[in-house]
Amino acid sequence: MTDMHGADRSPRQPPSANPPAEGLARSGQRRQLSPEEAAQMEEKIRKVELAISLVLRIGVVVSVAVISVGLGLMFAHHGAYVPIRGQFSYRKLTSRSTPFPHSFSSLGHAIARGEGRGIVVLGVLILILTPVLRVAVGVLSFVYEKDPPMTIVTLYVLAVLIGSFFLAGV
Amino acid sequence: MTPLDFVVSLALISVAAGVLGSLIGLGGGVVIVPVLTLLYHVDIRLAIGASIVSVIATSSGAAAAYVRERMTNLRAGMFLEIATTTGAVSGAYLTTILPARFLFVFFGLVLAYSSFATFRRRHVAEPLSVSNDRIANYFDLHGSYYDPAEDREISYKVVGTKLGLVLMYVAGLVSALLGIGSGALKVPAMDSAMHLPMKVSSATSNFMIGVTAAASAGVYFIRGQIDPIIAAPVAAGVLLGATFGARVLGRVTSKTVRLVFVIVLVVISLEMLQKGIFP
Repeated sequence: MTDMHGADRSPRQPPSANPPAEGLARSGQRRQLSPEEAAQMEEKIRKVELAISLVLRIGVVVSVAVISVGLGLMFAHHGAYVPIRGQFSYRKLTSRSTPFPHSFSSLGHAIARGEGRGIVVLGVLILILTPVLRVAVGVLSFVYEKDPPMTIVTLYVLAVLIGSFFLAGV
Repeated sequence: MTPLDFVVSLALISVAAGVLGSLIGLGGGVVIVPVLTLLYHVDIRLAIGASIVSVIATSSGAAAAYVRERMTNLRAGMFLEIATTTGAVSGAYLTTILPARFLFVFFGLVLAYSSFATFRRRHVAEPLSVSNDRIANYFDLHGSYYDPAEDREISYKVVGTKLGLVLMYVAGLVSALLGIGSGALKVPAMDSAMHLPMKVSSATSNFMIGVTAAASAGVYFIRGQIDPIIAAPVAAGVLLGATFGARVLGRVTSKTVRLVFVIVLVVISLEMLQKGIFP
């Protein structure tokens, strides 16, 4: 892996059909790796794939669990929500004036009081943060694969994502 | 209708949205937004907030499986996220400048064209074996995947990266402005412009839409568009559906995926044009 920037082109490409892009070709056109090197690279890439898949899976499972608990509490605390032919309409909860947490301080208060809706919002926030965490793992994995251009690409994406939360005033 | 009926019925619809979304690389907003506004008469702002939740849920639920099965092109996905996230952030600032009606018409026309372009490619099954796209070669965006339906490893080359980046920027922009339609542009950008195989396009779009949506989710949260009683059944249902739907993609042929995609695209395109022309 020492010569990642070798300018040799991939042996799979016939030279006539693909003129070399001078000064640009690099690891993409990975120089012919020895079988051990190729196997090592393959193994690294596989590890990265499994790590990213695992992060997504954990985010999904945790958020579903938190959301379910919150939903359960919402119904447990409000008996009127439950009956099938009850008088209480769901529209009271889906109108524009319905109160629910939409800032970190109100979310903190809602969770501290054990309100179901606060816990649901927490679960949704975990769901929203899962892709951000996935990008962060992407940065680490390209560092691990010793791939500077892709590391910069993923760092940029991570910076934009984090910036977007600050720009939103979160 | 009591809150219990609402939650249970919405969760069941969300499962269907998750299956469809994971199969063709969309976020399920195409199902969730009309269902919420037309069937349940929910305010459009809250429906769009729910749609963002649905997009992230489809993405994480399906991508967990697709990445593991090597169906996703991780490098191409992460590379193109440069454009989608930039588009999403700039979109948040353009809301005040661009009128929504213009956007709906513009987006409707773009989708009508891309459904036509995708349909025209319905018989194209063999991917490219060479590429002299400098960007794609420099970042090594080419890849290969195992196709269970054809029972063989298929390797492919990527072209048209510049056009792909432009389309992805527009996809990010539109997704931030309208809260919908990020996958509807991403899949044609990869399938038609960049020549990724259809299934890879769908899986990679699934992988990317979560990040695009996350870039504008903060704004939706602060504006109070994420209502827990709507978000909870949508998130849970869509996650379940997407996890299940991700098992289907491998087994069906690329042609089937394209046709389902074209049908859904035509529906979205008409929906957008209707909103822009007869609001």
